[in-house]
Amino acid sequence: MLVLTRKVNESIMIGDDIEITVVEIKGDHVKLGITAPRNISIHRKEVYLAIQKENIIASRADIGKLSEIKDIIDRKEDKK
Amino acid sequence: MKIKTKPYGEIEVSERQRIIFPEGIIGFENIHQYFLIDSREGPFYWLQAEEEPDLAFLLVNPRIFIENYKLMVDKEDIKSIGVEHKKEMLDFAIVTVPEDPAKISANLMGPIIINKKTRVGKQVISKNNNYTVKHYILEEMKKTKEKLVESR
Repeated sequence: MLVLTRKVNESIMIGDDIEITVVEIKGDHVKLGITAPRNISIHRKEVYLAIQKENIIASRADIGKLSEIKDIIDRKEDKK
Repeated sequence: MKIKTKPYGEIEVSERQRIIFPEGIIGFENIHQYFLIDSREGPFYWLQAEEEPDLAFLLVNPRIFIENYKLMVDKEDIKSIGVEHKKEMLDFAIVTVPEDPAKISANLMGPIIINKKTRVGKQVISKNNNYTVKHYILEEMKKTKEKLVESR
């Protein structure tokens, strides 16, 4: 991993069109500003990883349980 | 045409049910061809991978259990599947079915959007910070019902 030291208001460039600026540093919080083309998606890593993890769990869906779920939902619908 | 599915074995599907995910689904980036199939078990759909019979995602329309569901996604994401307006697309949440069926949940943080006309799909990241990867469907249904009772 490339490690660079930057001060507040200093930037790094990734390629020609992605710029990351250190906007503010407060204790252990760093605020970053990112300028990038619109088609580049930027996400907090933990959000991306949370979705990935949930997708993997979802892909192992217990199909046998589904008919039980149908029964539970049907019962709820009836009560309405 | 016939395809092998995880929930129902070999079944007949129409080419019109084919959904293409150019970027795959997060964590499954190499799989692009799916079929959207009605579930035989309640208000769900299956997104069945064409090449991998063992890979299928259960989908749900979140509006059936959250009264005021608001899909908030980046305009660029919508444009990337060739859609100008939300009306031109379908959206779903992926469902997780755990050991205890009462804990069935939907992922509202990573909705699936599909262009109705071209049937190109994408999993996007919700811009609504209230939505997480685990919304318990039965609990949400109960809440919605309670609200209805209160408002009477």
